Amino acid sequence: MSSDLLRLDLRALSEALTARKVSSREATEAALARIRESEGRLGAFLRVTPEEALAAARASDERAAGGRRLGPLDGVPLALKDILLTEGVETTAGSRILEGWLPPYDAAVVERLRSAGAVLLGKLNMDEFAMGSSTENSAFGPCHNPWDLARTPGGSSGGSAAAVAARQAWGALGTDTGGSIREPASFCGVVGLKPTYGRVSRYGVIAFASSLDQVGPLARTVGDAAVLLQAIAGRDERDMTSSPAPVGDYLAGLEEGVRGLTVGVPGEWLGGGVDAGVAARVREALAALERAGARLREVSLPHSRYGVAAYYLVAPAEASSNLARYDGVRFGLRSPAKGLAEMYGETRSRGFGPEPKRRIMLGTYALSAGYYDAYYLRAQKVRTLVRRDFDAAFESCDVVAGPVAPTVAFRLGEKVDDPLQMYLADVFTIGANLAALPALSVPCGLHPGERVPVGLHLVGRPFDEATLFRAARAVERELGPLPPPPGY
Amino acid sequence: MALSLEDVRRIASLARLQLSPEEERVFAGQLSAILDYVRQLEELDVSGVEPMTHALAGEGVPLRPDEVRPGLPPERALAAAPAREGTCFKVPRIIE
Amino acid sequence: MDASDFEVVMGLEVHAQLLTRSKVFCGCSTAFGGEPNSHVCPVCLGLPGALPSLNARVVELAVRTGLALGCAVRERSVWARKNYFYPDLPKGYQISQYELPICEGGGVEITVGGADRRIRLTRIHMEEDAGKNLHQISPDGSSGVDLNRAGVPLLEIVSEPDLRSADEAVEYLKALRSVLMWLGVNDGNLEEGSFRCDANVSVRRKGETRLGTRCEIKNMNSFRFLRQAVEYEVRRQVEIVLGGGKVEQETRLFDPARGETRAMRSKEEAHDYRYFPEPDLPPVVVSPALVEEVRRSLPELPRARARRWQAELGLPAADAALLVADREVAAFFEEALQGHGRAPEAARKLANWMNGEVARLANESGLAPAAWKLRPAHLAELLRLLDAGTLGGPGAKQALEESFRTGAAPADVVRERGLAQVSDEAAIEAVVDRVLAASPAEVERYRGGNRKLMGFFVGQVMKEMKGKGNPTLVNALLSRKLGA
Repeated sequence: MSSDLLRLDLRALSEALTARKVSSREATEAALARIRESEGRLGAFLRVTPEEALAAARASDERAAGGRRLGPLDGVPLALKDILLTEGVETTAGSRILEGWLPPYDAAVVERLRSAGAVLLGKLNMDEFAMGSSTENSAFGPCHNPWDLARTPGGSSGGSAAAVAARQAWGALGTDTGGSIREPASFCGVVGLKPTYGRVSRYGVIAFASSLDQVGPLARTVGDAAVLLQAIAGRDERDMTSSPAPVGDYLAGLEEGVRGLTVGVPGEWLGGGVDAGVAARVREALAALERAGARLREVSLPHSRYGVAAYYLVAPAEASSNLARYDGVRFGLRSPAKGLAEMYGETRSRGFGPEPKRRIMLGTYALSAGYYDAYYLRAQKVRTLVRRDFDAAFESCDVVAGPVAPTVAFRLGEKVDDPLQMYLADVFTIGANLAALPALSVPCGLHPGERVPVGLHLVGRPFDEATLFRAARAVERELGPLPPPPGY
Repeated sequence: MALSLEDVRRIASLARLQLSPEEERVFAGQLSAILDYVRQLEELDVSGVEPMTHALAGEGVPLRPDEVRPGLPPERALAAAPAREGTCFKVPRIIE
Repeated sequence: MDASDFEVVMGLEVHAQLLTRSKVFCGCSTAFGGEPNSHVCPVCLGLPGALPSLNARVVELAVRTGLALGCAVRERSVWARKNYFYPDLPKGYQISQYELPICEGGGVEITVGGADRRIRLTRIHMEEDAGKNLHQISPDGSSGVDLNRAGVPLLEIVSEPDLRSADEAVEYLKALRSVLMWLGVNDGNLEEGSFRCDANVSVRRKGETRLGTRCEIKNMNSFRFLRQAVEYEVRRQVEIVLGGGKVEQETRLFDPARGETRAMRSKEEAHDYRYFPEPDLPPVVVSPALVEEVRRSLPELPRARARRWQAELGLPAADAALLVADREVAAFFEEALQGHGRAPEAARKLANWMNGEVARLANESGLAPAAWKLRPAHLAELLRLLDAGTLGGPGAKQALEESFRTGAAPADVVRERGLAQVSDEAAIEAVVDRVLAASPAEVERYRGGNRKLMGFFVGQVMKEMKGKGNPTLVNALLSRKLGA
């Protein structure tokens, strides 16, 4: 029974809960059992909270018994990237400097999931402070890809993607600053969406780069991702960068197909530098869209090749400032020290791992006197150029499509010693963050040689997540669902 | 663009990071490589281009009304403090 | 070459706390004091994940101040992070404004030694206050951090280096404080730190056009300390230059106990604040409609009102200046004028009573005008009783004291206390006769030419009449009797 249950997608589980064919408690116990038997090899979770989950499941079952389900997420077991604050439940952002910290409040998205009745299973592994593309930068050990344990799940939301792929949870939330939802979604064969900047509240999300960070869903299907976004989208007065623009109905047009839709394919994205197997699967997905009635059209994003450079100035600059609050005074780690200067220096040196240190150094340098104009300011201007490219493209197409990453999931240890190579894994995803646009990764089959998933990348107009879901759903329908990883 | 060890030490001191000699050496190399890579931005003519420092323009963003709302009681505010004295956060002696 | 060959060049940076209920980026109370860390929340504690949410009132008050001081108000101003580490700065950065502040230009008018000057403003920007470090909170010498103040909204008002003396600095600070209080944007409290200033002081030889090296002086929480600190600092710098040395650019702390400034050790390190636009806050948009709305709501400002009173009522400049030093006092005077009449003679008399007796009673009681029991109508009534001769000077002072203390109407006080002046000629004459009969020697000497003794006789008569004799009649009767 329990493994049958695990095969249902989120929406199917939700229907079964409404019909009372299954209880939230059964679903939660099935998920917890899967976590117990698979965590030893995966490392997707930093913390599992079975008591809290079962209590929430009980409350949900009582509501269901009274015919008062709160909505499609009521009783559905989900998990959270450990960058989202959970009141009274340790939240570390994958860093030693926050080890043992119990936040006194819930992130806005966590509040929303709770009030939708969701069951929260625990906190998911991630690169420290979301800095990384492989989850190897977690201070608490790496996460493995359920398709191939020798490979990374991608990052930084690697735990979120791995947990969804391994059927440990029916959905998860992650954050995406330069590709941190889409790249792991692509590597693990799940759907991952980075919403438009401002679509989802960042309140209670541990900040990496404030002008780029967004929370988004990772799910088994496009429809499941749409249900999750529906629950977390909308303005929050505590986050002034959250948009007052009205939230659409993401499920209404989901099955409408892509007839009449124009899909822009940037020449810059399928040129050299993309693995041949990845390119082949992406081309098949584009062909599938065409079969389903979409028109393909070549577009140009001439500045996209400057994205990584601009990103690796803007994001570290903001990070260097965002990470200044980890000073050992009010919360988190403190090194015992006689003087103030020693307290700061030792606390931060012991608390931060190499990647946050590297980015703090880079960002501090980019903002420092005499370098601001040449680095930070110039990078922000290039951002404007990147956005203009997309604006121009969207005059002749409705979504832009290409690969999520130049390769499939790489092997653990393969890039850890060369930060620049690791950064280049984000070359296609970074543009949407710089331009504040919504973007999604949907599975488009397995790599012909390596038998691990490839993702198709779709980027949309601001606040037009509905069209992204519709196009992604067409791909999913045409290509058929990706099976779970072997053994799951 | 090569960063000297001296540069690395100056930045580390601004960022309150106490680096080991080994870290200083590694960072000098890695940061120099990254700075070399980002130099490609110099190819672009950005004169007259506004920086995109904010994704939202500011217009139409409602501001918060001036009302007092409950915060955290001192015990909760101090619950995670590594050191405290009374209801103060305790730190090593500050010299002005 | 000596000290008189030097001139002082100085600008002030004033930090004024805006009178809001809640902090600038969160809903915590701005109330002064309280148990440490009792007005805090995730935002002002700088907890991970917390984000700033801008208080609309802060923008409104900044615009109000800018318009009142003649500044240009920027339609889109930008928040910036100022990055530095200090225990009282929870986020490791202060949210402030840098390249694009909300207001620029403008000025403050001052009068020093009878001459009017306009001190130009560079800019006004909004920012959040830091918390408070408490020293030696435990036997091991540790410091404590209280974040109740962290996130309290401030305006930083920066002047051009237009000030040339300690007198000018004090006058500038007083004038600015009065305007801010008048506008209702700040409570003017230097002791509690809700109105504080730093001074950038430099000296140069007269005739020199280049600026000398400046020092920033902090911790002057009264007008007296500002004067002392500036005077000390100018002496110090002049001595260095005269001794052939060079002034070091540094931040110096005023020590009120010694009346000296000293270099701050914590500020020795060269600063690099790495300002950049605050990504968590969109630009502040001040629409032309808001500017118009605020402009319409601006009150007449103190110097304008003082000028108007000088012209309309013929008040001396000094009297008018005293009356407008406090908005409530000015309003009290204005209302009393309604009851008393605006003729120059009457208005001057009213102003004298306001700046004299009423000010004395207010000082002695320590009460702010809002807490006075005395009503403007009472003062008008008192002056009417004086004019009508019902009250004499001493009686009027007594009646005012009573009204000030209890809030009773002067007419009632006069009746109940029997303070009315005696103008009955026969009654006064009887007393005069008694006094003269009792002092034959003095009468003799007066008639012998010692005219100063008139005061003695008046005193005796008044004493017998408990101060209530009409002084004009008393004088007239005594002159007649003694002259005979």
